Amino acid sequence: MPTIRPSSSNVNRTIEAVWRIESARLIAGLARLVRDIGLAEDLAQEALVAALEQWPESGVPDKPGAWLMGTAKHRAIDRLRRADVHERKTQELAREAEIGGQAENPDLDAEIDDPFDDDLLRLIFTTCHPVLSTDARVALTLRLLGGLTTKEIARSYLVSESTVAQRIVRAKRTLSAARVPFEVPERDELPDRLASVLEAIYLIFNEGYAATAGDDLIRPELIEESLRLGRILAELLPSEPEVHGLVALMELQASRSRARIGPSGEQVLLLDQDRSRWDWVLVSRGLAALERAQSTRRALGPYTLQAAIAACHARARVADDTDWERIVALYDALAQLTRSPVVELNRAVAVGMAYGPEAALELVDKLRSEPALSDYHLLPAVRGDLLEKLGRIDQARAEFERAAALAQNSRERAVLLDRIAECSPRNGG
Amino acid sequence: MRFIVLVKATEDSEAGVMPSQQLLSDMGNFNEELVKAGVMLAGEGLHPSSKGVRIAFDGDERRVIDGPFAETKELVAGYWLWQVKSLDEAIEWAKRIPNPDGKGGGVVEIRQVFEADDFGEELTPELREQEERLRREAAANQ
Repeated sequence: MPTIRPSSSNVNRTIEAVWRIESARLIAGLARLVRDIGLAEDLAQEALVAALEQWPESGVPDKPGAWLMGTAKHRAIDRLRRADVHERKTQELAREAEIGGQAENPDLDAEIDDPFDDDLLRLIFTTCHPVLSTDARVALTLRLLGGLTTKEIARSYLVSESTVAQRIVRAKRTLSAARVPFEVPERDELPDRLASVLEAIYLIFNEGYAATAGDDLIRPELIEESLRLGRILAELLPSEPEVHGLVALMELQASRSRARIGPSGEQVLLLDQDRSRWDWVLVSRGLAALERAQSTRRALGPYTLQAAIAACHARARVADDTDWERIVALYDALAQLTRSPVVELNRAVAVGMAYGPEAALELVDKLRSEPALSDYHLLPAVRGDLLEKLGRIDQARAEFERAAALAQNSRERAVLLDRIAECSPRNGG
Repeated sequence: MRFIVLVKATEDSEAGVMPSQQLLSDMGNFNEELVKAGVMLAGEGLHPSSKGVRIAFDGDERRVIDGPFAETKELVAGYWLWQVKSLDEAIEWAKRIPNPDGKGGGVVEIRQVFEADDFGEELTPELREQEERLRREAAANQ
């Protein structure tokens, strides 16, 4: 029998859910007020603590987000009125005015009730500021925009809570020391600043999708979080094609998550995947995002090109239907744009599929002297694969052995050990 | 995790009465919130059950039954597909849905979506292959 849940039950879980929904906008709105994301987060946390104290007694308010904002705002005003802080902020505001910053509205109450979208955008550009290391950007973004706790971030990255906490403290200090303004970048700065944001989001995705360390091949919570951040950003910056390109790339890659893991947790390579296990909701979302990226008619950026490659796979009903020639052409464009040896390696794989292993091996051999790939396990893995196809089994085995020694993820290593076994003499060579 | 949020039918939705302009604009704003928050994966409204059919199974027999169907409150008038972190988050979002019945008593139902893995070994390779064909066709028709 269904029962009505008393509104007083599970208040803490309700607060957690409200925090998940509201915290980014809360912190963003407060940061515009106090011009310091560290202080903004403290104020938001204080409002959260007040909710944890009061809501179990008073019940959850009808508009919990507004309640949190109101509470935090009062604390902010209290703090700003305290002479020392007030003076510091007044000086900062005066300095900003001097260097031609926007005139500040002294009416704090009016200011903080403005629409939130711009604040959220300011917050993303601040937590992903290029002055921060990528580790710092990722931790700060997950914390302030994702609403994740330090503990959750630590668990996802297999590091200690104190490491994450330190990263966050240092990141906030760096932002203060560099006097990073809480602003959306000017147009001429935008490409570089946006690249820094997209990189941080894609790093979160990649750690979820291809975990670099540990026993699990994927961390679904990081995949979901990065997708959420990407989708949010796509609505905030709808006319930036690369934002849609990144979203498309992540949706399409994420659509394969289930199929990438075999029954005993081993990795299943793209062409061996059971395509029925792809997530077709994500496939169609990815293709739609790619269309949005391409519809702006601006030159295709690296994320959009990668998404277009992923889309070639998504559109192939079976692996044999894959349009490898188109994939090679897209990799050509991507290689020109990025000059990345990793892209060259991927291009070689596509060439192998389109035009045969011999042509590919020639390209891969040129990459062997590339210092950036000297510890990259996929270089010997690809080379081994091509050599095996050419019947040069002994050489193939040696390459798989090198690859296995370099692979850091135990699941990936397992796949390579299988390949070594397949190349061993008692298996018919 | 994903949840389907089922909007239950009302007498108005079953009678084919279009939502008021106010409700449409409230729903539009709410959907925009969902999209902006990265929560909404999909969502649609459904025609009344008078335009629907049911297929009743009895052993090998199949009977096609034309709508409309009784028990209005058990019928579905629309749905969302949401990606959220917990049931609690889905509940918090659902509380913010504009009342689907305008002023009266609307109901939505939140149900967690099974992932294919939840079926485990019951889904044999042959069944998966079949499912694959269907999904591809569905995707081709997008």
